[in-house]
Amino acid sequence: MYQFNYHRPATLDEAASLMAGADDGTYLSGGMTLIPTLKQRLAAPSDVIDLGGIGALSGITDNGNTISVGAMTRHAEVAASNAIPALAALAGQIGDAHVRNRGTIGGSIANSDPAADYPAAVVALDSTIHTTKRSIHGGEFFKGLFETALDEGEIITSVEFTKPTSAAYAKFPNPASRYAVVGVFVARCGDATCVGVTGAGPCAFRWSELEAELASGFSASAVPNAALDHSEFNADIHASAEFRGNLVRVMAERAIASLI
Amino acid sequence: MEISITVNGRSEALDVPDNALLADVLRERLGLTGTHVGCDTSQCGACVVHMDGAAVKSCTVLAGQANGAEVTTIEGIGNPDNLHPMQAAFRENHALQCGFCTPGMIMSAIDLVQKSDGLDEQGVRDGLEGNLCRCTGYHNIVKAVLAAQDDMKSA
Repeated sequence: MYQFNYHRPATLDEAASLMAGADDGTYLSGGMTLIPTLKQRLAAPSDVIDLGGIGALSGITDNGNTISVGAMTRHAEVAASNAIPALAALAGQIGDAHVRNRGTIGGSIANSDPAADYPAAVVALDSTIHTTKRSIHGGEFFKGLFETALDEGEIITSVEFTKPTSAAYAKFPNPASRYAVVGVFVARCGDATCVGVTGAGPCAFRWSELEAELASGFSASAVPNAALDHSEFNADIHASAEFRGNLVRVMAERAIASLI
Repeated sequence: MEISITVNGRSEALDVPDNALLADVLRERLGLTGTHVGCDTSQCGACVVHMDGAAVKSCTVLAGQANGAEVTTIEGIGNPDNLHPMQAAFRENHALQCGFCTPGMIMSAIDLVQKSDGLDEQGVRDGLEGNLCRCTGYHNIVKAVLAAQDDMKSA
């Protein structure tokens, strides 16, 4: 690791002013991505500002129709919660037990890793990302590969999810890393169905063609009829773009079938 | 920077570099070399310790993040005359060969059993997904954890 100045502010204001005063600062949440990145010398921030000392950012609140998950809430805590069972099941499939004890929802979505699990739920559920500056709709948050709508220095404070009528997440994990080669989150909200896909494209997205097909009948048999362009999908040593395109269909069918 | 951590019940005040890792502080500053660093990329789990009651990979925790925390390492759970039930079960079930992964396996397994209610074989295999063993083929490790579960729950 290169040298950096470590800070552990107790408030969001203090964190923001440390960031403003840093040459090239970075926020640290759970560190499950950032610390390995630092160790490999793929990043060289002048200052690491640890958000772990800001107690107000952690915890899950049930508001009736929605739940609020504090940005520093660990995956293990979400996995053990029961307000949105599909979200808990998703969190329980992230990484391994040790990653779930450290990694946070805010860190995960702020990173916008194309293979992260949470983004599928953020785009499929009616969700809002609350930050130190504003509120961003979940559908507007992910902008590209490791790119989000967040401005420089902006900090996620919580993620608010509307409770679906029912929902399910189906994932094809990389057998070594447990990242999603493809993950599909299907949420039924009254008569509407929303489908979020992660792992396949540069960032999580809604599969609107399948949503339209499901509007005329909620069945896995709708999946083959839905158009899906895999030409811009990710391709790496684990899976070609074409294979990922097929996996999106298989995971969608599994998620839908589990809800019938 | 100055940090204070409680390790195996003992308060320690240390001056460490800002980019120090918890694993290195435990091994090099406190001499607790039972915590092993295998892959150094948060995959193998040989460096697992308990931090504020949760199993974590200490090679992927900054020392600053552990400031004020209570840390338990393999040295803190038992001794040769009074093994922790998990250590005893590993010995009785021949759950180790070279022993390199064993400290992390045991620390992970203790946290897993403490937070579970009646693990079966698959539950143990899933729970130890983040710990790699290149010797045993895992079978005796799973047997040991299931045996220790009975001992820990009845204790």
